[in-house]
Amino acid sequence: MQELSYRQIFHTLGKSVREYKKMSLWTPVLVILEVVIECILPFITAQLIDQLQAGCGMDVIMHYSAILIGMAILSLACGSGAGITCSIAATGFAKNLRHDMFEAIQRFSFSNIDRFSTSSLVTRLTTDANNVQMAYMMIIRVALRAPLMVVFAITMAFVTGGPMAVVYVIVSVLLGAILFGIALKVMPMFRRIFRKYDKLNDSVEENVSGIRVVKSFVREDYEKEKFNAASGSLYHDFVHVERILAFNMPFMSLAIDTIYAFVIYFGSQAIVTTQGQLMNVGQMSALITYGFSMLISLMMFSMIFVMVTMSEESARRICEVLIEQPDLKNPDNPLYTVVDGSVDFDHVSFEYSSKAERMALDDVDLHIKSGEVIGVIGGTGSSKSTLIQLISRLYDTTEGTVKVGGHDVREYDLDTLRNQVAVVLQRNVLFSGTIKENLRWGDEDATDEELVEACKLAQADEFIQLMPEKYDTYIEQGGTNVSGGQKQRLCIARALLKKPKILILDDSTSAVDTKTDKRIRTGFRSYIPETTKIIIAQRTSSVQDADRIVVMDNGRIDAVDTPENLLRTNAIYRDIYLTQNKASHDETMSELDNEANVQGKEEIAHE
Amino acid sequence: MSNETTNAEKNQNPTPRPQQGKGGKPASRRAASMGKVLKMVFRYYPVHATVMVICIVAAAILTSLPSIFMQQALVIVGKYWQSGDWNSALAEIAPLVTTLIGVYVVAISCNVLQTQLGAMVTQGTLMKVRNEMFDHMEDLPIRYFDTNKHGDIMSYYTNDVDALRQLISQALPNLLTMFLQMAATLAIMLWYSIPLSFVVMVMVALMAWLVRFMGGRSARFFIAQQKTLARAEGFAEESMTGQKVVKVFTHEKQMTEDFDKVNEELFVAARNANIYGNTLGPVLFNVGNLAYVLVALAGGISLALGIPNPSIGGFALSIDIVVPYLNLTKRFAGSIGQVSQQINFVVMGLAGAERIFTLLAEEPEADNGYVTLTHVRKDEKGNYVESDERTDTWAWKHPHHDGTLTFHPLEGDIRLRGVDFGYTPDHTVLHDVTLYAKPGQKVAFVGATGAGKTTITNLINRFYDIADGKIRYDGININKIRKSDLRRSLGIVLQDVNLFTGTVMDNIRYGRLEATDGECIAAAKLAGADSFIRRLPEGYNTMLTDNAASLSQGQRQLISIARAAVADPPAMILDEATSSIDTRTEAIVQRGMDALMAGRTTFVIAHRLSTVRNANVIIVLDHGHIIERGTHEELIAQRGTYYQLYTGAFELE
Repeated sequence: MQELSYRQIFHTLGKSVREYKKMSLWTPVLVILEVVIECILPFITAQLIDQLQAGCGMDVIMHYSAILIGMAILSLACGSGAGITCSIAATGFAKNLRHDMFEAIQRFSFSNIDRFSTSSLVTRLTTDANNVQMAYMMIIRVALRAPLMVVFAITMAFVTGGPMAVVYVIVSVLLGAILFGIALKVMPMFRRIFRKYDKLNDSVEENVSGIRVVKSFVREDYEKEKFNAASGSLYHDFVHVERILAFNMPFMSLAIDTIYAFVIYFGSQAIVTTQGQLMNVGQMSALITYGFSMLISLMMFSMIFVMVTMSEESARRICEVLIEQPDLKNPDNPLYTVVDGSVDFDHVSFEYSSKAERMALDDVDLHIKSGEVIGVIGGTGSSKSTLIQLISRLYDTTEGTVKVGGHDVREYDLDTLRNQVAVVLQRNVLFSGTIKENLRWGDEDATDEELVEACKLAQADEFIQLMPEKYDTYIEQGGTNVSGGQKQRLCIARALLKKPKILILDDSTSAVDTKTDKRIRTGFRSYIPETTKIIIAQRTSSVQDADRIVVMDNGRIDAVDTPENLLRTNAIYRDIYLTQNKASHDETMSELDNEANVQGKEEIAHE
Repeated sequence: MSNETTNAEKNQNPTPRPQQGKGGKPASRRAASMGKVLKMVFRYYPVHATVMVICIVAAAILTSLPSIFMQQALVIVGKYWQSGDWNSALAEIAPLVTTLIGVYVVAISCNVLQTQLGAMVTQGTLMKVRNEMFDHMEDLPIRYFDTNKHGDIMSYYTNDVDALRQLISQALPNLLTMFLQMAATLAIMLWYSIPLSFVVMVMVALMAWLVRFMGGRSARFFIAQQKTLARAEGFAEESMTGQKVVKVFTHEKQMTEDFDKVNEELFVAARNANIYGNTLGPVLFNVGNLAYVLVALAGGISLALGIPNPSIGGFALSIDIVVPYLNLTKRFAGSIGQVSQQINFVVMGLAGAERIFTLLAEEPEADNGYVTLTHVRKDEKGNYVESDERTDTWAWKHPHHDGTLTFHPLEGDIRLRGVDFGYTPDHTVLHDVTLYAKPGQKVAFVGATGAGKTTITNLINRFYDIADGKIRYDGININKIRKSDLRRSLGIVLQDVNLFTGTVMDNIRYGRLEATDGECIAAAKLAGADSFIRRLPEGYNTMLTDNAASLSQGQRQLISIARAAVADPPAMILDEATSSIDTRTEAIVQRGMDALMAGRTTFVIAHRLSTVRNANVIIVLDHGHIIERGTHEELIAQRGTYYQLYTGAFELE
């Protein structure tokens, strides 16, 4: 992915501000007001002091006090107002960002999903969105306030102190240069160190998840040594950069002190030599106040500069999701009906990425009639799953066309196609929620009776009835409270509820016992005879009653034939069949008979 | 964070994170952990930390002084301004400013020293805490890792250490500085005028109340925000994991709607938390402004009406007191604002410290074993004697009560007799398990998930200790054997392969650190891993990261087999080592495993029954009871549970 420019980042993220634009704009307005008042306050106070020195009466004091209190209240209102608007704007912006990302991810095709890891997407939705929220808050509130404050304070210093204020400019430029110099120097160092820090924590994670290995091989001391060395090296880097950063504070003090000493000396000089004409005590006091405000704002600015730039990485990662273009698009005039469950692969080739070393599917030509039962068999990496994922257009072919119901899958409305082609994925997932809620993924409007019917067909009803809450049993996240076989049967029921024209099971009964597996397949034959059924399996027993079996090898179709014929003609099928059916009990029984005599002689380790 | 949750889910007995802090009010508990933190810092860096505190005290007091100089200057100015005699004024001002500069030089020097030391003390303490945590963690029993979520353990190293950093580097020094400055400022204020100080104090009380009130609100909303954030993260985690299923079921719209609900909740909580957090600053600042105005007002009225001014310094109220007094007020109010900002860090830092201390207080794995493993050779009489050099023979060195020493050659004979065990005292998961494996025999465990297969292997290498019964290794009660030596004599290959960041060679050598490259390659060849490793971009020097994510499950398993092979232990435990591999890959891995098992006592837990047919004995477990045992043929002939499992009539999972 190519590096995004700052403009692109701002442009992309800016689109998510939307209804919070108003709040975002109010914030700087309120901030400006607050700054103006804050700068006028010492000015008026100076006048009050002046009046006091001149021995004014109560009425003058009351007059000034009223103005000052009124201004403090106004400043309070503006300051808190800005605090409120910036909070709403930033958290609202973050909300929109999360929504936009989530929606973008929902539009992702399978190949888009493959490009992002689950954990990285979760991080983008949470941590990264938070970082950008913080940065946004800083930008609309402090990033404007701080430089504005510096400018105003210097201006007011000129108004009150005249040429003396030149020192303010010099000090602030020097301090600014130093603060930003330090910031720019340490930022890349921090980035490097944080990466190192992440690696250190990764190694902790490795130890936590691999603790059995560590302890089995008695490598505790070895790991400690490794960790302490890495941690020590991190310490040296950290101390180095922190010691540079630590000069911020003394420089800041130096600047404040310089201004204080300067004002005391030259302020006094100005008052005495001009006999209070050019400057008076009140103005001297105000000058010091401006000095503080200016320098503190400068400090703030350098701090938020570091913080905002640190969130750049997060902003980039969010942009990556937002600008990711879905690889699949709905056609302009889509078809909304699928006529039947026939599937045709016309010389289909497919590769997951243009950089892939070999084709995942190589010139596949396969024609499936509506209502047929097709088994798919082959080793890992033979592209069985890839083959079926093209049918519901989870990926687009690289060459050739896939047709469903006689039409190219690219002509269909995506939702229509996927509702008619139900896939039970190999890596299947149930969502936290009741069994009913999970099943209704297949059909939102399904009646309870329909749910039970589908579950009976998938051989799931029996165990559901044994559960305490039956169909209202809550499934934990990741489906941890049902067994693997139960989960698979629930997933099949969920797919059946779609009443699809084509049903695809991708190794979906691997954890189901053979008898139940057979009952499920028998059920399919009698209840949904018109539905085309494509069954990927590891076990040959799962496909032995298919009309035809597709044998896949290395992305190619090795053979398509009836099980009986394949056993005679196809080496791969026979190989798989024989390794597994040595395990099949018929054969074992005959083997047993032969070996009956031998077995007694073996020494058996049991008591 | 998220990738840890998946790890955590693999835990067998997930229990909630232990609640910290036994009894005591939060405040007193906090004070206790504050004491612990300070003690820790001073234990690690007694000299640095002491000098640092001295510098903080000096700098804080010195930086409070300038207002006195201001007052002095104004007195001088007041004396001469009407005459306009700068030269006389200069004679008095010059030494004043020179002294001020002197004070500054000392203050800044202290500040430099303090911040430089601070960097070292903070980072050094963090390093030592991290190391102490890691060292301690490595010594914790497996039970700890089984009962704590991995994400929670990781959080000690990330969130809690970060919170501690904030506390040590920022919050504590700042708080100390602020309190000292406030004390010094208050003293100066009282020195000048008691009534004006009273006005300031009233405002300070108001500010303190605001901090309490708004801070409390803000904290409540921040907690709510953390909760909703966790919920949003959970939702994101689940939906991202199931994203492909969402697509297949065209469920995108519903998912977005559901997410929006969680998102809205998070927004509301975050908004409220931030509103309180962001308004506290301006509110305090402007209450400070009000205090400023009130002091000016009070001072003005006193001046105008000539009200007497009781003060410690015995000053009459004049303009050259009111002016520096105004600056002092501003300063005082500013300090409160700063303190209020540090409070959250202190609370979070102490909470983090408390958690870290809980980790450090966890009981490490006890080991009272005294039988050790050692190289031996035979002397002239044919007796075993200990050898300093590496020999081909290992033996158990067994010191007896009577002071004698016997050597028993390491053979790999393992026997369990009447073993009962439960992960918790009230729930026994193994009942009266008796079995034995003679050297070189293969014992297979078969049974449903939760039947106790893995538990038995956990007991043999003493990841857990048995409740009742006996386990003997080569005739020695394993409780007498030093744990490290017991484990060294038992190899292990697990279903979830854990490889470490490093080269392929490093990962194989993990089995025996002194193994030569040649020995590692030989082990890889034995495991059947050599050919694919050679095809990797840099062969044996290929870097593996992220648990070797770039390799396939089968390839990772082969490396872990090679790792076990290079350790060359007399006994092995293979826990579902091939269950997530397809049948064709399994055949390759199986060859490696068969080579590894040859001549060793092996305990196998297998998912696919076809892989355990040639075991010397197959033990069928059900709910912690041995229900069948025998060879494959015997069990098939029995037509019992094994027969049904084998023919697929029962589900294994």
